[in-house]
Amino acid sequence: MAQTQREVSVPTQRELVEVNFDPITRIIGNLGIYTKVDFANNEVVECKSTSSLFRGYSVFMKGKDPRDSHFITSRICGICGDNHAVCSIYAQNMAYGVKPPPLADWIINLGEAAEFMFDHTIFQDNMVFVDFCERMVAETNPGLLRRAETTDAPRGELHGYRTIADIMRAFNPFEGEVYKKALEVSRITREMCCLMEGRHVHPSTLYPGGVGTVATPQVFTDYLSRLMRCLDFIKHAVAMNDDVFDFFYDALPGYEEVGRRRVMLGCWGCFQDPYSVDYRYENMGAWGRDMFVSPGIIVDGDLVTNNLVDINLGMRILLGSSYYDDWANEQTFVTRDPLGNPVDQRHPWNQTTLPAPQGRDLENGNYSWVMSPRWFDPGSQEHLALDTGGGPLARLWATALNGLVDTPYVKATGGAVRITLPATPQTKEMTLQWRPPRFANTLERDRARMYFVAYAAAMALHFVDKGLEEVRGGNTKVFTDFDVPDEGLGVGFHEAVRGVLSHHLVIRDGKIANYHPYPPTPWNASPRDVYGTPGPYEDAVQGQPIFEENGREDFKGIDIMRTVRSFDPCLPCGVHMYLGEGKVLNKIASPTFGAAHPGE
Amino acid sequence: MSTEATETGVDEIHILWTSEGMSCDGDTVSVTAASLPSIEDVVLQAVPGIPKVHLHNKVLAYETGDDFLAPFHRAAQGDLGAPFIFVVEGSIPNENIHTGDGYWTAMGNDPETGKPKTLNKWIDELAPKAWAVVAIGTCATYGGIHAMAGNPTGCMGLVDYLGDDFRSAGGLPVVNVPGCPVQPDNFMETLLWVLHQAAGLAPTIPLDEQLRPTWLFGKTVHEGCDRAAYYEQADFAYDYNSPKCQVKIGCWGPVVNCNVTKRGWMDGIGGCPNVGGICIGCTMPGFPDKFMPFMDEPPGGSLSSALLSVYGPFVRRMRSITNKSANTEPQWRHPGPKLTTGYQPRYPRV
Repeated sequence: MAQTQREVSVPTQRELVEVNFDPITRIIGNLGIYTKVDFANNEVVECKSTSSLFRGYSVFMKGKDPRDSHFITSRICGICGDNHAVCSIYAQNMAYGVKPPPLADWIINLGEAAEFMFDHTIFQDNMVFVDFCERMVAETNPGLLRRAETTDAPRGELHGYRTIADIMRAFNPFEGEVYKKALEVSRITREMCCLMEGRHVHPSTLYPGGVGTVATPQVFTDYLSRLMRCLDFIKHAVAMNDDVFDFFYDALPGYEEVGRRRVMLGCWGCFQDPYSVDYRYENMGAWGRDMFVSPGIIVDGDLVTNNLVDINLGMRILLGSSYYDDWANEQTFVTRDPLGNPVDQRHPWNQTTLPAPQGRDLENGNYSWVMSPRWFDPGSQEHLALDTGGGPLARLWATALNGLVDTPYVKATGGAVRITLPATPQTKEMTLQWRPPRFANTLERDRARMYFVAYAAAMALHFVDKGLEEVRGGNTKVFTDFDVPDEGLGVGFHEAVRGVLSHHLVIRDGKIANYHPYPPTPWNASPRDVYGTPGPYEDAVQGQPIFEENGREDFKGIDIMRTVRSFDPCLPCGVHMYLGEGKVLNKIASPTFGAAHPGE
Repeated sequence: MSTEATETGVDEIHILWTSEGMSCDGDTVSVTAASLPSIEDVVLQAVPGIPKVHLHNKVLAYETGDDFLAPFHRAAQGDLGAPFIFVVEGSIPNENIHTGDGYWTAMGNDPETGKPKTLNKWIDELAPKAWAVVAIGTCATYGGIHAMAGNPTGCMGLVDYLGDDFRSAGGLPVVNVPGCPVQPDNFMETLLWVLHQAAGLAPTIPLDEQLRPTWLFGKTVHEGCDRAAYYEQADFAYDYNSPKCQVKIGCWGPVVNCNVTKRGWMDGIGGCPNVGGICIGCTMPGFPDKFMPFMDEPPGGSLSSALLSVYGPFVRRMRSITNKSANTEPQWRHPGPKLTTGYQPRYPRV
């Protein structure tokens, strides 16, 4: 038994059992998932997501030199720290009014592409797929494994495994072929990252104004050679993943409901176009659209906006279940943005973090160090609990719908994303097509992940071409000098591996007056907000059916674990540095037991 | 530290690894990048002589929730059945500065109360019972970035928390492997020594006064930096475009104990000032406060570079003359009708 259980009486006919998973493993950071399960009806009825670690970045960054920001914020996270460093540099570039030479932006794009390839690979194959490996499936769904043994893998010719069970065996931790190969690939891709950003995961060669990377042809050749060595693995992996996920849909009818929630996705865009971006807030909408992953907010399949200015102004940080006092009556740092638009007090520019350690109250009070970021939709006037689908789902979806990206290796067609990987020694040229799926659910979050590895690899090929073009043309400058202003304002928008990432910076008297990073996990892992709206993990798990064959006695909660891990939780990002509020404004007991679930 | 041989002969050992300190899990992630040896080399016993290792690390564990915590609880009760190495990642918060049920960080729940079990309580229970205690990363060793001035948690390094006189059940002080994050192979090599020591195959691990392995942290960044020759010749970078010595634009390498410039980051690739990234002193007890603002010239750098400005340019000029000569082939390499190498031929015979 992987969890604690306790019976609870509820004012309905249903017998609910508390099933708690704390700590959640095979993720980054500290996460607990507390659920109430109706075993008779095979349904998870309630879910609460908590994190019990706080560090306080926005507190201790105050008063420091703004140029230290990217070095410090990188330490927010041990798996995507470089995303923070890059995002911080984008914010600093804006605040200092500096535009790096084009080659610097290509180098940063190459470093970040390698980070995506590394992180998604190690997470998918060494963490997520342990939930799909032979050993785990044997323990949770022996019937399913028997069927997998006799089910031929439809894409066996591509990846070399005959049956679905053969693939599952290759996922077994430390012993399976795919598991071990993924560790190797995660090293090659990290070497690629080191070539561009110095080291992993906290970069050494990134600076506001550019990079310190020595841009010789060698650095690009060393990168390209390694990149090509990954392509066979990626082509195999996409085919293998498709086989496994299609098998689940086929073998377990209704599995699409696992982890399903309304399509409310956010993507802040990434990979700057150096010939378009000037890092000025006033032009952010335009250069945002030129990024090589398009920004966008998607609600129910429609693109609500792709304008980073609108995205910025809609951000709201709510409390409701978090261990912080409110900042409603604290200082307002930014009343209007550089375009003259009003900025809300609950916007990250105006946030003040007031940690208030307290006991955990899962039933009626505060239960997490994570705050509740929401996006205020001017259309519906709702505070939307956007998620990132783990990152890849939202990125591919937003890029597909935007239809703007057009490069030799990756094209967005409006309804799909087309990715072309060139021939390599073991495999022919391959064109992959990703289309928005019918559901935003657990399997589609996972499926998108390996497609995005292919996306990042294909895009990296383009960036190598462009970087080398600069080097061969003699344009080897990688840094532009700048001065730190006495008063300044910056925002960085980037896609971390797990999705949306923003850094909001306010400078006064040449020092950091306010700094608030918002990575993807606070969005995904947030607890119930002041309006009672559950965070995305909670929402996705709540109401999901249970397919595990184990009964209550030896329940492992595998379907719940698959859903939580599909979001690629990263709690150092999610929780710890977030500022919070905590005055208990509203307690939302949110006993959703039957009422919130249609049909109950 | 002395280096007398140990008498233990452990053939099976657990590694109980918590990253629930003030941490980013970056050291765990970093260790998966190691190849000399790799984590799977150790788990699969691909290195001769090491005990069978049971790794309990949150990021890699098969089990979750209570199943994952079970060996931690058993160890706390002295009931694990084999010795264990306690690896702590992240700095230790001060839980004495607030009251009530609040906490800065916890790992799972206390089975008796159902309340979050703080990291500090885990350390109190596990550290004295551990055969060895290893602090991984600058946070766990000395406090690190989260112990920066102005921080709300009052966090600290493991020795600050346990006290200077702490000794593990195996008789060792805390073994510190600093770095932000830890250099992958540095940690795996340290772990390998401790495992060999536990197996009775190695003497006590040699540590310096800051409890770092001496063979890894005995030299400075500068002593291993391939840009040090620019320094000697007083040839400095004045912005980040330059491949020269970065001491005037923020590099603290001359006073920082770290081997990354010499060793590279992964398998020889990457690094810090050797590849254009200023050293910010991330392996040091004084990190980060004593090195900020990072992009300013270290105060000591201006003095030493001023001294160098006297002879550095002269040395550089003389070397450039010699270099010009070294770049010119000797005159006897030619296709002419006469041999001019100095050899006296005996042909043609007359």
